Amino acid sequence: MNAATLTRATEMEPQKPLASLAKPLLVVLPFLILLLAASLLPAWAVQVPKGWTIPFVDWANTLIGHMRDDAIFGLFSFRDLTRAIAELITWPLAFVEGLLVSGFPKIGLAAMPWVMTAGLSGVLGCYLKDWRLGLLSAGCVAYMAIFGKWELSMITLSVVLVAAPIAGLIGFGIGILAVKKQWFEALIVPLLNVLQSLPHFSYLIPIAVFIGVGHKAGTIATVIFAIPPMARLTILGLKGVAEEVREAGKMAGCTRFQTLWMVEIPSARQPLLVGVNQVIMQCLAMVVIASFVGARGLGHDLLFRLQALKIGQALESGVAIVLMAITLDQLSRAAAYKEPSRREDDATFLQRYPFLGASALVVVVSLLLASITPYAQAWPADLALSTAPFWDALVDWVTVTFYEPLQYVRNAMLLYVLIPVRDLFQSIPWTAMVALVAAAGWSLGGLRLALTVSGFVLFIAFAGYWERSLITAYMVTVAVLICILVGLPIGIWASRSERRTSIVKLLCDTFQTFPSFIYLIPVIMLFKVGDVAAISAIIIYAMIPIVRYTIFGLRNVPSEIVEAGITSGCTRRQLLWNIRMPLAFPEIMLGINQTIMFALFMVIIAAFIGTKDIGQEIFKALTFNDAGKGLVLGLCVAFMGLTADQLITAWATRRKQRLGLA
Amino acid sequence: MTEAKIACRNLWKLYGADPAGFLRRHGGNPSIETIRAEGYVPAVRDVSFEVMPGEILVVMGLSGSGKSTLLRCLARLIEPTSGEVMFEGRDILAASERELIELRRHKMGMVFQHFALLPHRTVLDNVAFPLQVRGTDRQKREARAREVIELVGLKGREAYYPRELSGGQQQRVGIARSLAVGPDVWFLDEPFSALDPLIRREMQDEFLRLQKMLNKTIVFITHDFDEAIRVADRIAIMKDGVVEQLGTAEELVTCPATPYVAEFTRNVSHDRLLSVRSIMAPASARAPDAAAVQVEALLASVARQVLSSERPVDVVDDGGALVGTLSRDSLIDALYGKEQCA
Repeated sequence: MNAATLTRATEMEPQKPLASLAKPLLVVLPFLILLLAASLLPAWAVQVPKGWTIPFVDWANTLIGHMRDDAIFGLFSFRDLTRAIAELITWPLAFVEGLLVSGFPKIGLAAMPWVMTAGLSGVLGCYLKDWRLGLLSAGCVAYMAIFGKWELSMITLSVVLVAAPIAGLIGFGIGILAVKKQWFEALIVPLLNVLQSLPHFSYLIPIAVFIGVGHKAGTIATVIFAIPPMARLTILGLKGVAEEVREAGKMAGCTRFQTLWMVEIPSARQPLLVGVNQVIMQCLAMVVIASFVGARGLGHDLLFRLQALKIGQALESGVAIVLMAITLDQLSRAAAYKEPSRREDDATFLQRYPFLGASALVVVVSLLLASITPYAQAWPADLALSTAPFWDALVDWVTVTFYEPLQYVRNAMLLYVLIPVRDLFQSIPWTAMVALVAAAGWSLGGLRLALTVSGFVLFIAFAGYWERSLITAYMVTVAVLICILVGLPIGIWASRSERRTSIVKLLCDTFQTFPSFIYLIPVIMLFKVGDVAAISAIIIYAMIPIVRYTIFGLRNVPSEIVEAGITSGCTRRQLLWNIRMPLAFPEIMLGINQTIMFALFMVIIAAFIGTKDIGQEIFKALTFNDAGKGLVLGLCVAFMGLTADQLITAWATRRKQRLGLA
Repeated sequence: MTEAKIACRNLWKLYGADPAGFLRRHGGNPSIETIRAEGYVPAVRDVSFEVMPGEILVVMGLSGSGKSTLLRCLARLIEPTSGEVMFEGRDILAASERELIELRRHKMGMVFQHFALLPHRTVLDNVAFPLQVRGTDRQKREARAREVIELVGLKGREAYYPRELSGGQQQRVGIARSLAVGPDVWFLDEPFSALDPLIRREMQDEFLRLQKMLNKTIVFITHDFDEAIRVADRIAIMKDGVVEQLGTAEELVTCPATPYVAEFTRNVSHDRLLSVRSIMAPASARAPDAAAVQVEALLASVARQVLSSERPVDVVDDGGALVGTLSRDSLIDALYGKEQCA
């Protein structure tokens, strides 16, 4: 006990100012030397020589080509297999689509009347939470019908309704296996890390190769994209079940299967349902982007209009997607936080199941209505309202009114920030970058971490896309810095009172549900295409985590410590800088980590508006169905993210331990 | 002689890279310095004891003393590194998974510190859970569950969910669940530690009331010495994985085997623990006074009489025969002075 307190005491002892600077200096020093001496270095140490490129792309393509054309299992090839699996998904898809929108012409059955869909959504909302959620979901459905987005939105909804359960079940299975078999966990967790940092487009390319393009392929891409978060949350949830509860199951005489099925899974219900929420939101985000490989629905509509630069119409589709996102998020979130509550023993059937009764009522009434008036079956197209004129007017007004200042901002940004930073980044020798990352890894987590992260950077360097990667890195860096400069003060401001916190949190929650693609609409409207627009989109999207984590970190500083500060006579400013900030800093760093990840996701999507970075190359690979290149480029992006992630997480964990917060 | 219900012999549990090999290399009995020096964590070291049918054995120690690990080794929730655990004369460590499950389904019940209730089940379903997993049909298991729920005083709360109950009520559910299968052996792992002091006292009384009715064989873990004294037949005090002393509360207080035990028992109020027998002086054979005290009486109950008497008070046994005398001085010594070991 004494020994432990002693080591702790020495660790906590304030270091001399010089000593505390020495370590970071040592980390940065080799980098600075190499950077400043770049002109003196031999050429190979600055630019990766062409001849040194390791043909990862060719290898990947050979492998993929082999799998596509030659790998034969008895009577069929690998591609036949993937296509057959893809064929399976058309059945549930056709069924749900038939139910929601297209009907079943073969058996002469019409689709559900829109009033029924709206009514049932309303009942679901009431059941999961309260009448307000019921109103929101019924209203959302009604909006789609009345504002002429019915077909598109129901197709998108069908994909989500089919893809989410499949992805959820697969992820759930993977999660269970990982918890039960250690070797599988050791295998799958690093894979999940990489998969979750791969940009959306990287999922699309292999799909295009093995399944083709079209609605079906888009659905499959959606399923695959949504699996990792569910697997991860299943692992987290099952591991989070209190050991005592598991023991209680064992002591009750549960077999292994009973322990899993009757004790662990029900006890982990909430994290599992949060996983389902994640899956649904990922599905929606992906189905929008999957329109690039031909998924139909709202995303396709949006893509089409953005390509034609019809911003007003694009905004109209965007609003529909956003509405759907908010509703799906609220519903699945409510399901996760719903607690069972007791029922009286002598309740009648209707008292026990009021919502079942209400649903039956909705079905009967809407069928009746539909038989009386066609308006209840399908909203007639000529009565559909369009908000496009309004949006168009808004866009015109913004462009006309703000043309001068926007141009000025754009040019200033380019001239004084973006171009200088880009030039600086492009002058960084690759050896300097490796040295920096390795030194940081060494000081934060020892040899293992140093090897991992420098391995990541070396992969990027030798994959042959170093310059493109530097452009990506520069855009992400600028965006993240601006996010910190803006997001940190917002977070600090919001953490000051309960009221501000709840408002800002609500905003963050809402903005986070929007599929990332949506963020391109306003920036195209304001800045047209180019780097400024791309970076603006990244900033909006990546701002969310830094704000959220700052609030969380500041508000979760133990109240006793804050009280100790107050009774010591701190002013508010002193309280913030001497107590709250240092203690919240590890959490804020994790927020910055997330911000970097978000920025990387967005920078790739921003390739759509004409950047010149690695995203553009991925975009090209998608166009040419070059799966190998797409994969390698995707890994480059993932490794950039993981390098930052590994370093920051290691730092934050250590720091938290030192502060006694972990 | 009756057979011990549970017994363990030379039980070891070490955590580390290769605990079994480490133990073998050191002849099965390494010192704590060796264990720590080689980076192993000692949880249970060479523990042996027996628990007789109907007995309450309390295992007492501070956090990290290994008491919970010991209990889990007895229930084989944790595999011991070496040693023997006998349950009704059978080696439980040799039992197959199937046998172990059967044993738990019929003979063992356990109560947990943080209740460990299943949040998605009502009180009734929680209590019926052990019966459900062993395949009892719904009607029977619910009838039995209602019976036990009434026994622990929760009648009327059957349809509640755990989160709708107070801590004390939740632990009553935990107790009911552990009793549902009618086990012979009852393991309690700090069952009342998470409760407020007042509720804790109430639950201890409740526990004693139940035990009077049910007469189970009990291993009871606690870190609270007062609780140990209240409920125990015998107490084992653990430190660093070793049982420092095992005996009745009176033995621990009057004759602590180690300085650690002495430290623990120092602040116990002796008058509610010691009986007259432990401090009386022998007396020659003669007829006792009319105002004699019982030999088994606690000091607290006779203090006024003894302290207000000028001369030693006579002590008699159940039959009324004189067995000794108790003087004012020896009572004061026992309560406030340094007591001597016999």
